[in-house]
Amino acid sequence: MKRIQRSLLAAAVMAAVSAPAFAAGEQYVGLPSYRVGPYAAGGSGIFGGMIDYFKLVNERDGGVNGVKLTWDECETEYNNARGVECYERQKKNGPTGNTVVHPLSTGITYSLIDKATADKIPIISLGYGRTDASDGRVFPYVFPLITNYWSQNTAKIKFIGSKEGGMDKLAGKKIVNIYHDSAYGKETIPVLDAQAKMYGFSVTHIAVAHPGNEQQSQWLQVRQAKPDWVILRGWGVMNPTALKAAAKIGYPRDKIVGVWWSGAEEDTIPAGDAAKGYIAAGFNVAGANYPVVRDIQKYVYAKDKGNMEDKSRVGSIYYNRGVVHGIVTVEAIRKAQEKFGKGKPITGEQMRWGIENLNIDNAVLKKLGAEGFMPPTKLSCANHEGSGLVKFQQWDGKQWKVITDWIESDQKLVRGMIEESSAKYAKEKGITPRDCSKEM
Amino acid sequence: MQFFFEVLIGGLLSGVLYALVALGFVLIYKASGVFNFAQGAMVFFAALTFVGFQEVLPGWLGVEPGGAAVFWLALILACLAMVVLSIATERIVLRPLVNQPQITLFMATIGLAFFIEGLAQGIWGANVRGLELGIQDEPIAWMAERTGIFISSFDVFAAVVAGVLVAVLAVFFNRTRVGRALRAVADDHQAALSIGIPLQVIWRIVWAVAGFVALVAGLIWGARNGVQFALTFTALKALPVLILGGFESVPGAIVGGLIIGASEKLAEVYLGPMVGGGIDSWFPYFMALLFLLVRPEGLFGERHIDRV
Repeated sequence: MKRIQRSLLAAAVMAAVSAPAFAAGEQYVGLPSYRVGPYAAGGSGIFGGMIDYFKLVNERDGGVNGVKLTWDECETEYNNARGVECYERQKKNGPTGNTVVHPLSTGITYSLIDKATADKIPIISLGYGRTDASDGRVFPYVFPLITNYWSQNTAKIKFIGSKEGGMDKLAGKKIVNIYHDSAYGKETIPVLDAQAKMYGFSVTHIAVAHPGNEQQSQWLQVRQAKPDWVILRGWGVMNPTALKAAAKIGYPRDKIVGVWWSGAEEDTIPAGDAAKGYIAAGFNVAGANYPVVRDIQKYVYAKDKGNMEDKSRVGSIYYNRGVVHGIVTVEAIRKAQEKFGKGKPITGEQMRWGIENLNIDNAVLKKLGAEGFMPPTKLSCANHEGSGLVKFQQWDGKQWKVITDWIESDQKLVRGMIEESSAKYAKEKGITPRDCSKEM
Repeated sequence: MQFFFEVLIGGLLSGVLYALVALGFVLIYKASGVFNFAQGAMVFFAALTFVGFQEVLPGWLGVEPGGAAVFWLALILACLAMVVLSIATERIVLRPLVNQPQITLFMATIGLAFFIEGLAQGIWGANVRGLELGIQDEPIAWMAERTGIFISSFDVFAAVVAGVLVAVLAVFFNRTRVGRALRAVADDHQAALSIGIPLQVIWRIVWAVAGFVALVAGLIWGARNGVQFALTFTALKALPVLILGGFESVPGAIVGGLIIGASEKLAEVYLGPMVGGGIDSWFPYFMALLFLLVRPEGLFGERHIDRV
């Protein structure tokens, strides 16, 4: 018995100390994922989609110009301290170190900005993170792709304006902003206030304390305010709870517009009939009928190599968002290889160049089988956001249906606010912004 | 005034939901003097097991999903799962810790919470699921028309369920031999053992009853917000209820729940806007703190007098 115990202990110690092996000539991406804990549904969907896309590129194309993608996962449980630990553990893996970090958490992103900048490893915070990091002059290694929160918010007001019959019809309207009482939730308050002034509508901000599993008092306040529209900026359990609470006060769900972290199947299915008619923003759409997803089925799942335990989630909002993460990562690696040598793994610094020079236009999207699946996007040294395009989708009781084309955000307003905020950050940190005219 | 009453009634009904979770804590505390940190995890485990069985049973039995048979069978199996979990908890966690200081038992329940959370997700996965009990969570139409007050039929249903549960548990604790044995065990493990009370059997029973209460709470909270990890957070809502109502009192859990539910809603609506809102997360704790200063044992808790 003792011998067995000792053997098991030795095996456990060996497993703990032995680093994963990565072959030379491979491109390593460390994935700080979360598959347990409160946000596991989002983590498993997005990281599952991303990994499946990497597998597709390896299986179908033999990698990026012959360079196979390789990765490993480190469980963060959406916890900042664990996120930093995972970053440290993974940053030197692979033949060229970690290529890029996808923290999938605004908190972890904030915690890693200084470290990753010093280590020259780019952070892609796709649809989350620090909005003013869109200014690449001040944040050279942070990329809040494809649309940041402020851009999304301006697109949302444009959408509401279109529903009201024009932006001029917004004057005198009432909007209530129900937000998660956290840095993430508060992020859009300044831009909403600025837009309220610009278009003449009134906005009331109502906070919901974490986790948001009880919102009766907030929605009674909504009932009292009698708003024309409600903006829902929730996360996790806060979203279905909000939709149920709205049904309880009889507020029409087709007058509630959610952020994309409030717009997945995981937010609507638990709310049942109360979610019917609810609208949410998105920079990716749901559906398995896109060529890229069909290819994943054909080259990955048909060979029983898929990452998703629950295969019915393939084509869901979170899963497809993971595929978008995969596409931008692979295309940036491809771009970097064009400059630094085809068929060779690239470094984090070279990856940054690849992301900054990324140009995924409609022709590229068509080639990738992702036309309409995600918006075209083009980045630069100064613009680390991309196109800032948003679609709106409505829950019909069973699935998300796209109800608009890509709507452009108000970049004039957003870019001004970003540059103002990033200049303040640069001053606080003593950063001299890059001169992008000198960047190649 | 109508709005005030709407907030008040809504708060009272929410309070009943908090009391449902608090009941599980009370049961364990009454029988072992231990604050069961794993109660929130048990709520999550119970609800996830129920919806998990609802998903797999149609495949196993070859019947249509969503039928009454599947519902009741899933309920029975989830009940059994809670009983098995309770027996395993007693055998593996509690039995080796008999006569240990209560802080040791408390620490063991912290470990148990993490284990149960992992076990639930390990067996059934981390997907968020909907749970349909067939009760509409919408305003009662005739009440809305006549009084202008919106009260959800689901909240009324939950209040009735909690009321029945409290009545049954009150009878169980006060009128049965097992109930009296439970109270004896809570007072002193060694003394209870010395007069022939089977401690292990008592613990199994009480953990199984607490598991059943967790299942009821899980079904109601799960039907409201979906079955997901956040169900473990319902425990946070129960803590101030326990402080206020007393850790050892079943009626105290209900009264505490009503007070906390009503006061947090009124505070959020009338005081919240003055301080930026979102105060309903900490206001119940503030209330409980104030209450502790006046009556440390809670409204219905037993006052302990120690001779010097």
